[in-house]
Amino acid sequence: MKDCFARPIASAPDAWFDMVERDWNDGEKVIDRTTKRRRCLNLGSYNYLGFGSFDEYCTPRVIESLKKFSASTCSSRVDAGTTSVHVELEECVAKYVGKHSAIVFGMGYATNSFIIPVLIGKGGLIISDSLNHSSIINGARGSGANIRIFQHNKPSHLERILREIAERQTKTHKPWKKIIVIVEGIYSMEGEICKLPEIVSICKKYKAYVYLDEAHSIGAIGNTGRGVCELLGVNTADVDIMMGTFSKSFASCGGYIAGSKELIQYLKHHCPGHLYATSISTPSAQQIISAIRVILGEDGSNRGAQKLARIRENSNYFRSELRNMGFKVLGDVDSPVMPIMLYHPAKIPAFSRECLRENVISKVGDLTGIKYFPAAPKKQEAEKDTIKLV
Amino acid sequence: MDTNLVEMCRAGLKWFTMLLDAPSARIVLFGVRIQGHIFVEVLLGFVIVFLLSQKSYKPPQRPLTEQEIDELCDEWVPEPLIPPITQDMRHEPPVLESAAGPHTTVDGKDVVNFASANYLGLIGHQKLLESCTSALEKYGVGSCGPRGFYGTIDVHIDCETRISKFLGTPDTILYSYGLSTMFSTIPCFCKRGDIIVADEGVHWGIQNGLQLSRSTIIYFKHNDMDSLRSTLEKIMTKNKRSKNLRRYIVAEAVYQNSGQIAPLDEIVKLKEKYRFRVILDESNSLGVLGRSGRGLAEHHGVPIEKIDVVTAAMGHALATEGGFCTGNARIIDYQRLSSSGYVFSASLPPYLASAAITAIDVIDQNPELLVKMKQNIALLWKGLKDIKGMSLASDPESPIVFLKLEKSSGSTKDDLLLLEKMADRALKEDSLLVVSSKKSFLDKCRLPVGIKLFVSAGHSDSDLIKASESLKRLASELLL
Repeated sequence: MKDCFARPIASAPDAWFDMVERDWNDGEKVIDRTTKRRRCLNLGSYNYLGFGSFDEYCTPRVIESLKKFSASTCSSRVDAGTTSVHVELEECVAKYVGKHSAIVFGMGYATNSFIIPVLIGKGGLIISDSLNHSSIINGARGSGANIRIFQHNKPSHLERILREIAERQTKTHKPWKKIIVIVEGIYSMEGEICKLPEIVSICKKYKAYVYLDEAHSIGAIGNTGRGVCELLGVNTADVDIMMGTFSKSFASCGGYIAGSKELIQYLKHHCPGHLYATSISTPSAQQIISAIRVILGEDGSNRGAQKLARIRENSNYFRSELRNMGFKVLGDVDSPVMPIMLYHPAKIPAFSRECLRENVISKVGDLTGIKYFPAAPKKQEAEKDTIKLV
Repeated sequence: MDTNLVEMCRAGLKWFTMLLDAPSARIVLFGVRIQGHIFVEVLLGFVIVFLLSQKSYKPPQRPLTEQEIDELCDEWVPEPLIPPITQDMRHEPPVLESAAGPHTTVDGKDVVNFASANYLGLIGHQKLLESCTSALEKYGVGSCGPRGFYGTIDVHIDCETRISKFLGTPDTILYSYGLSTMFSTIPCFCKRGDIIVADEGVHWGIQNGLQLSRSTIIYFKHNDMDSLRSTLEKIMTKNKRSKNLRRYIVAEAVYQNSGQIAPLDEIVKLKEKYRFRVILDESNSLGVLGRSGRGLAEHHGVPIEKIDVVTAAMGHALATEGGFCTGNARIIDYQRLSSSGYVFSASLPPYLASAAITAIDVIDQNPELLVKMKQNIALLWKGLKDIKGMSLASDPESPIVFLKLEKSSGSTKDDLLLLEKMADRALKEDSLLVVSSKKSFLDKCRLPVGIKLFVSAGHSDSDLIKASESLKRLASELLL
């Protein structure tokens, strides 16, 4: 099955890309690259808004910032790694997301791993959704706090766990220091959108803090792409910590945390990622600023609004067509992530190879978005297509 | 009536004494004369046994009612998410308005920059900018996917091959963030129950990796080979089971927190004697140490195969971002499936990978950059050796020149504030950008704090002299 994964591409991860063909004799360990290329339809990259290739607004600005600031600052943010672009980026992200301030890191995965231990430690409780991403699990384990899992997207189960605060107080006489509930905007495995209004109201009632990870939802859902809060009508002031990544809709790299002014000031002083890690590459930061400007229409065109409308239409159309064809597709309406259930692990490499083979017959392209989840429960080995703007 | 009562008492007493004087009361058992009081004592014993065997009284436990749970939840007051902000937390770092090369612009002024780990002066190098520009035009900025699913661009594979060729190792794996390299690699190989012997001065990324691995961590004194030897000896002799456990030594080639260089030849000798595996972080030695910049192994004349796992962040001499891990093919292949920072994260932006390839080509073709950097380090050492109140604590060949405080005020927090003040004044008064130590409360390293200068091949002699003069002046004003 090794030929189904880590397929290299030789062009930008756009709607159509050039996939590198590899020689592989069944059973051998080594896969050799060839010089042959195959033009394929891309349903496997997280390029939701189509910024992942040369863009007429973003790319010239990125190249300009590269020439001015070079590829890297070789320094952490507190030493000499903060440029005017970084400051502008943090202001831009905070304004876009609807919070007072933001802090930006060079890697989305690392953002969760760095931030959670700073916010909560021993004596605290983290309640996390059962299908949360590995970075959240890593951060929660590294923090030393107690971890409880609530059933995926079930606010009633969350409430039941929160009511156990009372039991703990009577039994051990040591109440929890604080409770943080961690949820994601769109779950990358199921394509489901989080039931945020219910979860926020429960957390308000029991005085728990809400940490929202919008890795897949920022820039992809909502009228202006502001994520799940905008889509479901939740006031951003009710979510204490908003986190997201830039590697999906904005086609860059890095992650951010947005919150109140004091929270960000505290994180900037104490978070090891801010103090020790090299700052995000300046051209990547410029790409994010430019992408946000396009989405909001500040570049003078309405390309952003068109892109957001297209991704919504494409997602819903593709999902309804697949369902009409008889496929079992998961995911909510408007979600750009759609897993197609295959149920049988042995079908996965077969499906992947058949899709690749389609290219020969139709001479147009083929579906190459196959994802296998080693972490998925054995009963539902899923094939996932991530729809992206064409 | 009185007499009746008296009569009754007398009768009772008479009867009682008769009982005590009865023949049964005068048994001799085991040579001890048993008298009547024994019956009272036996009766008492029975009463005590009966009481002890009764269950202690517990009030019956009933589950809390919904109303009680509501009340308790209302009463509970959580701690605030963050503690109150103090004045020192409001400190803002300098904002650069141009590239972070040897000279940069802060607040419209030209400033000499000793705060970027741009050891070979490759920031702003024409060839790097050209290769980045062509990569940006071809691939865009991001790769939009993890390496396992269409995030592998041909540039990544080329970069891995180039690094392997440069260092002389069989295979390399690329990570998208420098700091995540160590904290992904260590938990990949080290699991619960393994033994890791690590230097106490390792940087936070390594400490986090050690903590996530759940292994038994034993620290040895910073860069002290005797301490390492005795620790290894203790582990191997005292604990018989450790012969069946996996054992690792973790060290950095050039320590970020102190500028010391690890004596790799001695570590390798100890590793072979006690049968440990070595994980080495070469972030600050790649492109710096060794005749051709191939790192600590070349510097000490140790064949690179003797080090089991080599990791490095590329955000230093290579003037790009990301990190890599290199070693034999099996180690690298294993990480492609089980290293969390590789599998679950988007891959490195392609333009940064192409910058890395170009940087390595430049290092190969221009060995004079290393010579210039070494000359600069020597010149800076000469200028700073008489500084009052601070002393040079780093290795004379290390590109990180570390000035530690000779006399600490007793509190790390006060020391850090003093150093920050010194760095701020250096920037404001002398247009000199240096690094004062920063500590997060999560960082366990207890090495002394001080001022760090990152020497670059792009610094001119006048820059170095200016830095020495400025620091000497500020040290005498603030520290004495």
